[in-house]
Formats: sequence, C-alpha cells, structure tokens
Amino acid sequence: MDNIGTHSLDFFKTDKHEASRALSRSLQNRFLTLLCIALSLATLVPLVSIVILVLKNGLPLLSLHIFTELPPAAGMAGGGFGNAIIGTLVMVGIALAIAAPVGILSAIYINEYAPISRLAKTVRLVAKLLTGIPSIICGVFAFAIVVMRTGYFSAYAGGVALAVLMLPTILLTAEQALTGVQSAYREASYGLGATRFQTIIRVVLPDALPAIMTGIMLAVARAAGETAPLIFTALFSQYWANSLSEPTASLSVLIYNFSTVPFPHQIQMAWTASLVLVAFVTAANIIAQTAFSRKH
Amino acid sequence: MPTLAEHASQSTPAAVHESGRADFISVRDFNFFYGKKQALFDINMDIPEKQVTAFIGPSGCGKSTLLRNFNRMNELIEGVHHSGEIQLVGKSIFDRNVEVIALRRTIGMVFQKSNPFPKSIYENVVYALRISGQTKKSLLDDCVERSLRGAALWDEVKDRLHESALGLSGGQMQRLCIARAIANRPKVLLMDEPCSALDPIATVKVEELIRELKQEFTIIIVTHNMQQATRCSDRTAFFYLGKLVEYDNTHKIFSNPSEKKTEDYITGRFG
Repeated sequence: MDNIGTHSLDFFKTDKHEASRALSRSLQNRFLTLLCIALSLATLVPLVSIVILVLKNGLPLLSLHIFTELPPAAGMAGGGFGNAIIGTLVMVGIALAIAAPVGILSAIYINEYAPISRLAKTVRLVAKLLTGIPSIICGVFAFAIVVMRTGYFSAYAGGVALAVLMLPTILLTAEQALTGVQSAYREASYGLGATRFQTIIRVVLPDALPAIMTGIMLAVARAAGETAPLIFTALFSQYWANSLSEPTASLSVLIYNFSTVPFPHQIQMAWTASLVLVAFVTAANIIAQTAFSRKH
Repeated sequence: MPTLAEHASQSTPAAVHESGRADFISVRDFNFFYGKKQALFDINMDIPEKQVTAFIGPSGCGKSTLLRNFNRMNELIEGVHHSGEIQLVGKSIFDRNVEVIALRRTIGMVFQKSNPFPKSIYENVVYALRISGQTKKSLLDDCVERSLRGAALWDEVKDRLHESALGLSGGQMQRLCIARAIANRPKVLLMDEPCSALDPIATVKVEELIRELKQEFTIIIVTHNMQQATRCSDRTAFFYLGKLVEYDNTHKIFSNPSEKKTEDYITGRFG
C-alpha cells in the first residue's frame, strides 16, 4: 500500500492481487453473516421446544376445574391446583409490596439525591452482588429470619424470600430508568423554582415510570417461577389457605412435588401446572416489554 | 475598561429604550470556580432594568457560567464555589435569607436546547404555578393564555393546548419554554443561547419576541451569533478566558470597540 498516493484518484483500477483480496473479504463477510443468522436461530430452539413440550403434555388436563379445585391425594384422580395459583399470586404480591417501595426509593436516593456518595456506591455494588446470589440462599435466609423466629412455614416467609430475590432487579432497573431521564427536564424544573422533591415527583418519576414498571414485571416473572426459596419458607399445602401465617401452596413447589411421585395422574398435573406457570410468566414478560414501553 | 458614564452621552438607536435603574443587577468582584479551576475572574458589571444585555465571546469564556450564577443554577453542580457579590436591586442573591427557590421564580431561565416536559402544552405552561400550589382552574387558564400570548405562540396552539408539547416544532418548543418561564411573572429572563438549535425563520420569531419582552422583563442573553446580539440587544458584554473584556452599548461594541481583543473577535479574527 506504498503507492496509495498515486492510485488514490483511480478508484476502480485494481490489480490482480487486489481483486483476489476483495473476493476473500467478501466471502469472509458472507460467512460471518450466515454464522450470526444460524446462531440467532439456535437461541430460539430452547424456548420453542419448552413451549411445545409443555403444551403437548399440559394441554390434555387443562380445564376450568383445574383452577378451582384442590390437589388430589396421592394416587387419586381428578382435582386441580387452585390453591397453588392463589398461593403463587399472594406470595409474589407480598414480595412486590416489600421489594418495590424499597427498590424504587433506594434507586431515587442513589440516583437523585447522592449519586456519587459512598452510600450510593455501596448500595449499587451490593445490589449487583445480590443479583448473583443463588435463589436457594434467599430461601435459607428467609428460613433463618422468619421461619425459625415464628416457628412455622408461612406465606409471608415465602414473600420475604421472593422479595430478597426481586429487590436487586427492581433497584437496578429503576436506577437505570432514572438515569435515562434527560437532565434537561431536571434543569428546566429547577430553573422554574421547583424543589428537588417536586422535580422528582412531577417530572422525573412520570418519565421513568414505564421503564420502572418493566423492571418490576421482569422481577415478578422471575420470582413467580422460583421453587427453591419457597420450599424453605412456604413449604406446601393441600388445602386452601386461611391466613398468611400457615404453609402455603405454590405452582412451582407443586410441580416439584408432583413430578417426583410415581402416579401418572399427578405427573400429568405437574405438566399442566407448568403450562399455567409458563403462560403466567410469559404474560408478565410481554406486559413488561410492550405495555410499559415509552410512548415517545 | 470603559465605564458606564463614558458612554452615557453616546446616542445610539438601540439605547433609546431607557427605563428603570441602571444597576438592576450588579456584579462586584465576582470570581467563580469549578473545583480548583477558576472560570470567572473579577467580574464587575451593572445590568440595566428592562433592557436586553447580550453576553458574547468564544466557547468556554465564562459567559454561560456567569449567566447561570444569576439564578444560582450552578449550585446544582458539585464542588463549585465563588467569591464576590451579585446583587439584584441592591440585595445579595447569595444572602442566607434568600431562598434559592424564590430566586429562581424571580429570575426565569430559557435553555439552549428547548426542554419542554413530556406533558401537554397546558401543563408545561402552568408548571411553575402548580409547584407553588395553585389549583384554581380559572387562574391557571388565564396564566396559560397570557403566557402563550406573551410568547407569541397562542394563535398557533390555542386549539391543541392539551396535546403533548413534544409534537411542536423546534421553534414552537423554544417559545413554549419562554412562555413557561414568563408564567411565573419573573423580573429577569436569562436566555442561554436560545436560538442556537433553531432554523433562521424560528430564530427571527424568537428575536422579535425578545425585543417585545423587554418592555416587561430585564433580559440577559448568551449568544454565539453576533448578528443576533446586534439585532436584539441594547448592551453587549464581551468575555474572553473568564474575564469581562468590554461592556458597552451594543452599537458602540460593534462599530467602535475600545479593546483590540473585542475588535478581533467581532471581525472574526479568532473564536
């Protein structure tokens, strides 16, 4: 490429070597493009096969009474898992009631009030570390601080375990959502004589809300499918729950229990519960992706 | 540095409109620092009431920094400090009894990039009233019409007050920001390069507006556009490297500057 100066004006004049190099570049380009397409398609395989498998095995038992009846006793036919659906919803609800306020308010503090303070840095680091904690550890933690104290398995113990699991997701996505709010909006608000609190409530939060909701739905979707934290805390129950302070059924623990017994009907029912759970989680994810996406 | 008195005799077309006190805002021995870096050096100037004062100078010369001190917006940045004094009608704006919130309601600001909130046109204009707790519908309605008329935007948007402000054109957005700033009925309007992101036609409209607004407000405008300074300001201050080099009637600055540096800048020899 020494003579680039003399050739630079003559764009289309190329020698033999240059032509073969161009050909190899073009082939290389095409090969990499195809490789990327193939690998992208490969990522669809696990999801699609899970959906097909769950539909194929879960659909036969799917009916209305599955949502309204209690699980059958060992070896018996019929029944449903209404108590497990309600249990999952209740425990995810408790977790949300704990994790959402804590997560969002912490995110507001570390992004709006003291972004470069030592406390903010620590909270951010701890939240990131917490995302990597295995979910079973959350269960053991809730077992230690709730179940051992109270002396019984309960829905709120399950809720605490799931809250610990959800907190870092909600906090980190909320912080990102707040970072995404244009600083020009904050400036305009301060310039008009607004206090920091007014600026957050009237300008920053409304703009960040869709992204915060997305984070919450993703956390809900993840928590709803967790088994390990609930085995230690809510355990399981064959009956409708009368209060939050008794062992409570959940879809994930029901799947775990029924898939390990030697009765074909129970195994079928585990498949149907999987179908309901996958549908629930997928719905939460789709809501997170679409309903709360930014309008502008 | 030329003094005010030196040019009092100078009769220029731009300086005909003369009302209110000459030291409405007064800056005394003002120094400003971003951390250890000094951005402004010993600034002394008096800004007259109900006139348009333009700040010109190359990028980084400190003109925006000074502007943002008048409503203490710089305090939002960590690690800044100042020495010296800025007074509004004889009272220090840095006094402990001055509430920064109240100061910003008295000294409104329009930013370089128009920044309407992602809310309706109506809600943008009444923002200042809402945050001061005003909820009376008739009062808010009056404020919207008065402010939008004041910003020469009423006729263009009166039928879509409740649509998003983000659907407006760039020029309309900037005039909406002006309407939002004057809704507070401030005394002073700070404008930080308000036309730099606008096309020529929108710029003309905003400049016409600035000339009209000075009947009611004291206006300080930072601009990179020297034609703009000549078109709409009464007085011009030229800043260079954090120092106030020359401050005089606009006509004088652009026709017969006292300082060599000013002449070099306005004739395009640097900057």
